[in-house]
Amino acid sequence: MEMTVMNRQSKMFPLVLTFCVMFAFWMLLSAWTVYLLEPYNLFRVASRGVLAALIVSFLTYEIFVPSRDENMLLKIRRIIPYIGWELWQIYLATIDVTKRVLGILPIDPRIIEFDTTLRSDFALVTFANSITLTPGTITIDVDPAKGRYIVHALAKEPADSLTVDQTMQKKVGYVFMEE
Amino acid sequence: MLAIDVISTVFLAAGAFFMIIGTAGLLRFPDFYTRLHATGKCDTLGQILIIVGCMTYEGLSFITIKLFFVSAFYLLVGPTGTHALIKAAYATGLPVWKTGDKRM
Repeated sequence: MEMTVMNRQSKMFPLVLTFCVMFAFWMLLSAWTVYLLEPYNLFRVASRGVLAALIVSFLTYEIFVPSRDENMLLKIRRIIPYIGWELWQIYLATIDVTKRVLGILPIDPRIIEFDTTLRSDFALVTFANSITLTPGTITIDVDPAKGRYIVHALAKEPADSLTVDQTMQKKVGYVFMEE
Repeated sequence: MLAIDVISTVFLAAGAFFMIIGTAGLLRFPDFYTRLHATGKCDTLGQILIIVGCMTYEGLSFITIKLFFVSAFYLLVGPTGTHALIKAAYATGLPVWKTGDKRM
């Protein structure tokens, strides 16, 4: 139903944008400096890239370009420091799991459930991936309607950091403005 | 040239170390869920450290850019794979090991 409501104009922009990104990515990966040495081959080789990019963009433009959102730029600006913080958390996570593997810290596995304020797909996925990457916790299941997460934790401390501290929920909520 | 060799060797060695720890966890931990903790996490950091080591060794070139994309995709794909495995196990009702139980 939604397709018929959409007019030609609003379909064209995501399609062209997806095509441009896909073709630029194809050029990047196919070592385009070769064409500078053999300019006569440029059209023959690049036409394959155009074809590939066209097929991919027709198949994926609806998913690739998200619906219009005025806060997009602000969200992108907020997510960059979050990624840095997340990489640091991955480092801590691995040190923690290393200690538990070597028997320095005990393991005490448990399954916990908790609700969050997150609702949009992208926020839910980012938070689920962040949980899986950080100390001793893996996401088992998500209920998008309630923002409820079921998480398997390796010990009590990592479980408490999600249910008591809630630092990560707040950071994800801040990034996606769903506090 | 020597400095780059040393730095990339350090990264590669650290990556290999975490991969070994992941494997040790796979053998030591008592049940499926806890084993996933060891492999899922140590693999992600190990893989990224190895890729960063290769990037340092290569310097600025197309290969570096491609390696960067590989590590970026790995950050998305690693947790998703772990999550798919653990959700399947939970949905089929695999029992969860608790402190004091026997090894499975």
